[in-house]
Formats: sequence, structure tokens, C-alpha cells
Amino acid sequence: MTDRIEQRINSLNKRLNSEKRFRIYCIGAMSFALAWVLILFLNIFSSGYSAFYRTVIQVDVPFLNLIEDTTQFSEMSSEDINNLSMYSFSKKAIYGLFPDIEEKKDKKMLIRLFSIEFEQEIREFLKSNKSNINETETIYLTASDDVDQVNKGNYPRGLDEDKRRIKDIQLLFFDDLVDRGLVSYEFNLPFLMRGDSREPELAGVGGSIVGSLFTILVVLILSFPIGIFAAIYLEEFAPKNRVTDFIEININNLAAVPSIVFGLLGLGIILNTFGLPRSTPLVGGIVLSLMTLPTIIIATRASLRAVPPSIREGALAVGATKMQAVMHHVVPVAMPGALTGTIIGLAQALGETAPLLLIGMVAFVVDVPQTPLDASASLPVQVYLWSESAERGYVEKTSATIMMLLGFLILMNLAAVLIRRKFETKW
Amino acid sequence: MGFILISLIVLIGITSYFLGNFRAKNLRTSNQKNLKSLSHYYGYYVALWAVVPALLLLLMITSFKSFFIEQYVLSDFIALGSYTETELSLLFTQIENTALGIKLFDENTILIDGAVNKLNYINKTIENLTYVTVLGLSGLLVLYSLFNINNKLNSRKIVEKFLLVLYFTCSLVAIMTTVGIIFSLLYETLRFFSQVPITDFLFGLNWSPQRVFVREAGDLDTRDLANAFGAVPLFAGTFLIALIAMCVSVPVGLLTAIYMSEYASPKVRDWAKPIIEILAGIPTVVYGFFAALTVAPLVRDIGQGAGLTVSSESALAAGFVMGIMIIPFISSLSDDVIKSVPQSLREGSYAMGATKRETIVKVLLPAALPGIVGSFLLAVSRAIGETMIVVMAAGLNAKLTANPLDAATTITTQIVVILIGDQEFDSPKTQSAFALGLTLFVVTLALNFIALQVVKKYTERYD
Repeated sequence: MTDRIEQRINSLNKRLNSEKRFRIYCIGAMSFALAWVLILFLNIFSSGYSAFYRTVIQVDVPFLNLIEDTTQFSEMSSEDINNLSMYSFSKKAIYGLFPDIEEKKDKKMLIRLFSIEFEQEIREFLKSNKSNINETETIYLTASDDVDQVNKGNYPRGLDEDKRRIKDIQLLFFDDLVDRGLVSYEFNLPFLMRGDSREPELAGVGGSIVGSLFTILVVLILSFPIGIFAAIYLEEFAPKNRVTDFIEININNLAAVPSIVFGLLGLGIILNTFGLPRSTPLVGGIVLSLMTLPTIIIATRASLRAVPPSIREGALAVGATKMQAVMHHVVPVAMPGALTGTIIGLAQALGETAPLLLIGMVAFVVDVPQTPLDASASLPVQVYLWSESAERGYVEKTSATIMMLLGFLILMNLAAVLIRRKFETKW
Repeated sequence: MGFILISLIVLIGITSYFLGNFRAKNLRTSNQKNLKSLSHYYGYYVALWAVVPALLLLLMITSFKSFFIEQYVLSDFIALGSYTETELSLLFTQIENTALGIKLFDENTILIDGAVNKLNYINKTIENLTYVTVLGLSGLLVLYSLFNINNKLNSRKIVEKFLLVLYFTCSLVAIMTTVGIIFSLLYETLRFFSQVPITDFLFGLNWSPQRVFVREAGDLDTRDLANAFGAVPLFAGTFLIALIAMCVSVPVGLLTAIYMSEYASPKVRDWAKPIIEILAGIPTVVYGFFAALTVAPLVRDIGQGAGLTVSSESALAAGFVMGIMIIPFISSLSDDVIKSVPQSLREGSYAMGATKRETIVKVLLPAALPGIVGSFLLAVSRAIGETMIVVMAAGLNAKLTANPLDAATTITTQIVVILIGDQEFDSPKTQSAFALGLTLFVVTLALNFIALQVVKKYTERYD
């Protein structure tokens, strides 16, 4: 008798234990998923935030060596200043940091502490301050990528000299400059404003931000009206027949087609058959709108379906035509849902890379694009491009680009949620 | 030019709306006759006449103009008869560049200078002509439609008819996209298969399209050409990486879904669900960067610590990260499916004294199985079509391997590798990318179709 009771208790304990274990597995799985969200964000942020400031080195530039009287600069036009030969003058200004060094090799190493555009930077300073240039001006020059990385502590100094890009003598110079308080950080505005560059310290995301903006604009202009009209037709006017069934199946299938196939469509039809210009936001936008259309149509249809029939019937009862009932009464009520769907579709389009690679939006573009017809990159493509580069400086720039991309996406999704919360009507 | 012209047309459209509206109101007060529609419908009516035909004409002109210009500019060269078609198009680019002030070659200067003049002339003429015809058409139709307004005209019906046609056309875009995809893929694929037998593509074991360059330089007979396009290593690599991804995402996704639907309190659910769904919203290029820069070195270090040789572009790293990306697809779909199992089944099971785990494993999961399988299939099709992770983190060279620590390449990677940057068409190498694209399209479509059918069957069971 007691045997059987014991058996029962044992089996019950077993079952309860396995219940506990199962529960732990479930919690473990969920924590695993949540942990990766955290790891991903931490990883990106910890390696990316340092791209938002940059190392600059103070240099005293004796303008008196360039010209006898510095007030003469104010009479020069920008073109005159462009024509001034300033290369050796700028170099000499930099040598002024260490007047004792004689050897040519060392001087070259010193120059390499600075980004290759130091001459251009001095010229720009001259242009923007030409009316009040003193005999000697203190200018903050951009440090080279290697110096920047060493200063930020991203670069291992302990390696053998022939294994690192920055040489011992440069480190010596650099440490001395730090001791003299000439090395400082400033906000990396050029990173946000400039186009791409082969030099990591000069490369910026400005070009790809504008490129992304143009692309998204094209997507918005094309896919918002087309998507909403298509949804209105399918939900409100379409007769139930084979054609509309076929359209519906098509839309559902398109939503599941891999994005790279849309790139092939863009390459085969839009570029080769219609002959639109390669690498442009216009073509990128067209391809991405075809990709986002199903999302918008499906969301809009769902929100049209959620409008109660009483609204339609009320309008029809007071003599509105079918078109009037739909356009004046049903669509306005369904608009928040349609807008939410559109924003989510746009967010998808903003993060999409693969189709853009195929239509040539991977070009190396130095200039910030002016119109949707200029060649340009987009933010995700910029991430891809930089991640392929070997230089250390591109790693933080890539992460920073991802941070900005994620920032835009979060903003868009937040807007979608807010619109839904604010305007959604519960019937 | 296009922008100014379009703005002008829009401006005319807006003005003509007010004109039509005004005229209708005027007629109503002066004639004492009843118009059939509200006056603003007459405004829309006139505006439509002003805008739509003009835009269509502009579209026609812009699409035919380049062909016409090329014919006209090259007429001298065509008359010479000594140029092939490709040479002519090269020549045209050269002329265009010269017109922009970029001089590349000096040959044929007299003829080219003449052609440049012709180009400038014809461009100017066509631009002027476009302005005149488009704006003229718009203006004429505004006048026509304004005088057409009378008490027999029911403009509301016309405007509504137009809107209906417009809506219908918009809904056709989806069909046109599908047709465009199928057409562009099939066209290039068929050209590809005319050079490379389809069996070699589907069953060949060696993928090295770079060798086609060799063919163009020297001479390579067709057997070698066929040998370069065996896609089996790509299929195998795609399968391997998708399998790894599923090994990560299926247990995690399913258990998460079970926790969310059966165990979690509403509060935990409200927090955890959106956070996990963030994983689905992160752009794939971010995962690719993460896989290539963080996970792949980590996998390699761990592997080397265990004494294994691990490629720096191992299939394991790419597959693992892809698996993480797919978790939310499986978890939220399965969550919905499990939740839609009728409450009576749960309660019946509890009434028999079953524990929660027993209820879930023995009652809910079997009941929800078709839907869960459907969500797995959708996730597989996602994994197969995913591009950026594998482009950035998986290997680029095709090698037939089943070792997850080795580098493997996928269909999507090869499409990107072949088509990125400049590519010449008419080469079997470029066309092979379209053949791969068609394979991908067909496979994902089939998977989705099966998944949707399975899910549909399942939902019908409990309705």
C-alpha cells in the first residue's frame, strides 16, 4: 500500500520537476533572444560612439611668411587664395612644431601625423577669416587616422613597429604634442557633412544620408499613392472575380520575394530596358517602392477592412455615391492605419541593401548628391562599403553609420506607433 | 527641364480647377439651369483634361526622344555604312562626352564636330518643341473642356470613372511587378541555357564563372564553359547555412513563443515581445557587419582553442547570426498559432490533471503543429533569400563542403559577386546570375505557397 503511494509521489515529483525544467528552458530561450538584442546594440554603440569626435592638433601658422602684410588677404578673392601656392608654406608651419628636427625622413613622418588635406584646411581657414588674419594664427588641423585611433585608444601600441601603421618616431612626436597640450578633441562635424573618402579621417556620411533621403523620397512619392489607391480598389470596388483573386495572390507572393530578386528586376528592366541612369537614388527608389508596395497595400487594406460598414451605409443612405462614401468617409477614417503601414514600409526600404548593390548604388561617391539623378550611396550601402575596407578608422565609422541608421529607423517606428496610438479609433 | 515643365503643368491644372469651378457656378446663376453635378466636379473635370493628356504626351516624348536623337546625330556615320551597332553606340557616347566638353579621342574630328553641332541643335529643338506641344495641348484641352460645360454634361460620373480606372491601374502594378520579375529573369536565363546546358547548371559540381573571362581572352571550348557553371556547391552552401540558421532559430523561437503564450504574465509579454521584434527590424547589413566583425573572429578563436581549423569566413558564423535574425519570425508566428488553439483543449487537459508542460507538449503543440511548420517554412524561405549577412560574412569561393567550420558560399552571395560593379551583358557569367535568381525565386515562392496552404488548412480546422 505504502509502496504504491510512494510510487505515485515519485512520479508526481518527476512530472513536477520536468515541468520546472521546461519552464527554465523557455525562460532561457527568451533570455537568449533578448540578450542578443542587447549584445548587438552594445557592440555597435561601444565601437561607434568615438566616431562622433575627432582628434585635432593645434598648429601655429605664421602667415607673415606667406605675404608681407596680412591685411592684404582681405583684398583677395577666393580665387586668388586658391591660386596661392601654399604647400611648402603649410609644411613649414607644421615643421614649426618641432624646430629641432633636421632629417628629411623625420620631417616626412611628422607631416604624416596630419591628414593629407592639411594644406586645404589652412586655405579654408584663410578664406573664411581673410579680413582679420594676424601675423600668426592658431589653427586646429585634422590628425591622420592612425593618430586619431591611437589617441582614442583603439589602436594597440604594444605591437612590433613593423606590424603597425604608426611608427615609433611618430608616437614620440605624438606623445610630446600631448604633453604640450596641443592635441585635443572636437565634435566631428565633417563626418556628418562630407561625402566618402579614401582617407578614413576625411570620410563622412553626408553623401549617403542625402542619398538615402532622396531614395526614401522617391519611394514615398511612388509607393504611397499607388499603394493606397490599389488598396482602395481591392477593398472597396473590386468585384469578386478571377482578376482580383489573381492580383491578391500576386501581392501576397511579392511580399515574400527575396529583396535581391527586386535588384535583378531593377537591373534587367529598369536599367537595361528603360535605360534610366545607373547608381542613382531615382532607380533605387523605384526598385524599393516596388518592394514596399505589398507592405503598404496589405496594411491599408487591413485598416480599410476595420472601418465598420455603418459608416459606408450611413453615407450611402444620405445620397452619397459609392465613390463619395469611400473617399469622404471611409478613407479618412482608415488613413492612420495606412500611414502607419507606409512608415513601416519606408523603414524597411531605408534599411535595404541588397537590391541597391545590383543597380550600382555602391559607387564610390565623393560629392554630396544634389538631385535624385546624381550617383550616390545610401546609409546601408555605406555600411557595406566601409565594412569591406581594411583601415582601423573605418570600423568606428561603420558602427557610427549603423547608429545613425538605427536612429532613423527607431524614429520612424516611433512615429508609426504614435500615429496609431493617437488616431486609432476603436469601434 | 522635366521638373519645370511638370511644375508648369501642375500649375495649369490648379488654375483650371478654379476656372472650371467658377464657370460652373456662373452658368448656374446666370442660366437658372440645373447642372447635373456639384460645381467643384466641373473644376476637377477641367483640371483632369489639363493635366492627364499633357503628362502622357510628355512621357511619350521622353521615352522616344533618345532613340530619335541618336538616329539623327549618327545619320552621317550610318550613311558611311562601315560601323557596327556597338561601334555606333560607343561613338554616340563619345559625341555626347565631347558635347559636354570631355574630349577622349581625336579621330574623325570633322565628322564628330559636325555630329556635336547636330546633337546640340537637336537637343535644343526637341526641348523647345516639347514645351510648345505639351503646354499647347494642355491649354487647348482646358479651353475645350471649359466650353464643354453645360447642363447635359455629368462631370461627376466622368471624374468618378477616371478615379476608378486610376485605382484599378494602381492595383495592376503588383501584377506588372511580378510579370517584370518573371520576364527579366526568364529572358536572361533562357539566353544562359542556350549556351550552358541546364543539366550542367543544376547538377554540375564546379562553380567558377571567373573562368569565362579566360574564354574571352583565349579560346576555351564549350565543355569548359559548361564546367564553370555547376551550381550544386551553391545549393549545398545555401542549404548548409540555412540549416545552421534553423538549428539556432527553431528551438529558441519555438520555446520563446511557448513562454510568451503560455507562461508569461501580460506585463512581461508587453515588454519582451516588442524587444524581440526589434531583431526583425534591424537592417540585415547590420547583422552582416556584426557577423563579419564580431561573431566570425569569435567562432574562429573558440575553434582554434579547441584545436580545430576554422575558416575566417565560416558557414557557422554566418548561419548563427542569420538564425538570430530569424528568431522573431518564428516566435511571433508560432505565438499567434499557439494562442489560437481553442481554450477548451487546454482546460480539458488541465481537468485530466496534466501539468502545464504536458498540456503544451502533448496537446497544444500537436494541435498547432501545421501552423508551426508553416512558420518554419516561411523562416527557411527567409534564410535562403537573405543576402547581406552571407555576402559580408560567408565565403566568396564556391567549394562543395558539409563542414560548418569551412567557408561556404550561397546563391545570393554569388548573384551579388557577379553583378556588383560594372558588368558587361551578353556574357554567360552575367546571365548565370539571373539563372540563380530564377532558382531562388522559384524555391522561395514554392516554400511560401506550401507554408500558406498549411497555415490556411490549420486555421480552418478551428474556425
